[in-house]
Amino acid sequence: MRVTPKQLFWIKGLFHLVALTPIVFLVLNVFSGGAGGDPVQYIIHYTGIGALNTLLITLLISPIAKKMKWPWLMRTRRLVGLYVFAYATLHIAAYFSLDLLFEWRLLGEEIVKRPYILVGAVAYLILVALTVTSLKKLMSKMGRKWQTLHNLIYLAVILVAIHFFWSVKSEIIQPSIYIGLVIVLLSFRWRKLIGFFKD
Amino acid sequence: MKAKGFTKGIAQKAAWDMSESEVTPESVFKQRRNIIKALGLGAASASLSTNVQAGLFDVFGNDKPKKAFEVSPLTFTKNQSYQTSEILTPENKVISHNNFYEFGTRKTDPQDNAQGFKVNPWQLKIEGEVEKPLTLDYEDLYKLIALEERTYRLRCVEAWSMVIPWVGFSLAELIKKANPTSKAKYVAFETLYDPEQMPGQRNRYVGGGVSYPYVEGLTLPEAMNELSFLAVGLYGKTLPPQNGAPIRLVVPWKYGFKSIKSIVKIRLVEKMPPTSWNILAPHEYGFYANVNPQVDHPRWSQASERRIGAGGLFSAKRIPTQMYNGYGDQVASLYKGLDLRKNF
Ligand code: HEM
Repeated sequence: MRVTPKQLFWIKGLFHLVALTPIVFLVLNVFSGGAGGDPVQYIIHYTGIGALNTLLITLLISPIAKKMKWPWLMRTRRLVGLYVFAYATLHIAAYFSLDLLFEWRLLGEEIVKRPYILVGAVAYLILVALTVTSLKKLMSKMGRKWQTLHNLIYLAVILVAIHFFWSVKSEIIQPSIYIGLVIVLLSFRWRKLIGFFKD
Repeated sequence: MKAKGFTKGIAQKAAWDMSESEVTPESVFKQRRNIIKALGLGAASASLSTNVQAGLFDVFGNDKPKKAFEVSPLTFTKNQSYQTSEILTPENKVISHNNFYEFGTRKTDPQDNAQGFKVNPWQLKIEGEVEKPLTLDYEDLYKLIALEERTYRLRCVEAWSMVIPWVGFSLAELIKKANPTSKAKYVAFETLYDPEQMPGQRNRYVGGGVSYPYVEGLTLPEAMNELSFLAVGLYGKTLPPQNGAPIRLVVPWKYGFKSIKSIVKIRLVEKMPPTSWNILAPHEYGFYANVNPQVDHPRWSQASERRIGAGGLFSAKRIPTQMYNGYGDQVASLYKGLDLRKNF
């Protein structure tokens, strides 16, 4: 399938819309009471899952583009990737502002003391690095290094899956399903991943 | 017959009417409605939440009518020893932010899924190592022992807390009526097991992997402590199902999960009884589960807590958690010589 620049523009617009809709739902639910009398945990969980879902979608883009021979799809990847960062940022901002109520010391302590928070924080640092270097200018400047850096996305998704699995109080069905999805998505790239270890 | 039948009598001026400076639940509601109006979101949000709820019920394969559970006013006296100057958590938050995994693991699930819950008829049995086993019917819950109101802090193990005016009676009084034998050392509690009514008991995913029925326990001295309370109401009215209707335990110096809901059985026993969260994750939840800022949960700090007050999203406060949730005067003596780090 070939896509004109104009069509690509609309496709990207659609992607923006799809990515922003959940935020509208979240706001509506919080204000209508649909998120409960104390929506703090709801917001943290909702944006956390939002970040993970978007991350998985990012990882789906290149396999689909290859399989369907849709090179234009690759050009949406940066956009979707930035939404991963946006959702993750909302997630952490909600935790820090609504749950910890801006207690820096507590945030520091929790990151150091709690393995699941530490794992999430490392994943977030990776997302920050990828977001900063997603500028087209930097991309060409960095050359091969850019690709190496952006391969860290695989580490990030593994860390987030662990973060999720570790964070739940009881039921592990949902995080287990996500771990399964991560394994499937990484298996599409097993050649590449094995390559890392051979180098 | 409805609880209404025996709640006539002197109108009580309730504790929360007395406190001066607080924002009342009504004004919170209004505030929220105004925001929604201002945003022009009224209609959209109303249809959204019913859709979301409808979706949930489809998942559970159950389309009960979404009529709110009916609560009725209670007659009670105010126990002067348990009043507070702290700001109460508004009723609308107390009844819409609940952990009651029998109705789903999200905080909103119990309110969404429990409105059709049937509490009448009900039977609460007191049995085991007692000379006089008792069975309380629905009506007895409100009649057998005179009701009083006590305002307690509730500290959840997840590090949030509320201040709630409960109506009920002392657990010790009920246990005394059953006359425990000398063998009785512990008290075991059990929640209703009714998968028909409780989606979390039908489906592991909805129920958070807890093995049901939910069970809890106290030592006999803990149960006989003056603080241990059986609540049949909150904010002057019978309990809504999401808060554990028709009768639940309230042990305010322990983390919230000890305060078992919708109780059908109280059994006096010789040996330490199993407790649900301890079975599920023994390294995270012990039998005692006393509120203790010095002993962290393995995955988060217990040193401070988010107090859910009257205002909007950013109005909550982080306050230091108190040993035994501030009830040390009454209960610290129960744990003399006990290593609280090991017996968490
Ligand atoms: C400094 C970084 C981070 C912090 C402090 C943090 C904090 C948290 C907290 C407090 C929870 C809720 C635990 C609970 O149930 O009480 C959570 C859950 C979660 N987080 Fe994070 N997180 C971080 C990074 C991330 C990142 C980068 C992602 C994804 C890209 C992510 C995705 C999730 C998911 C999917 C959940 C589970 C939500 C659920 O249980 O429904 N987190 N995180």
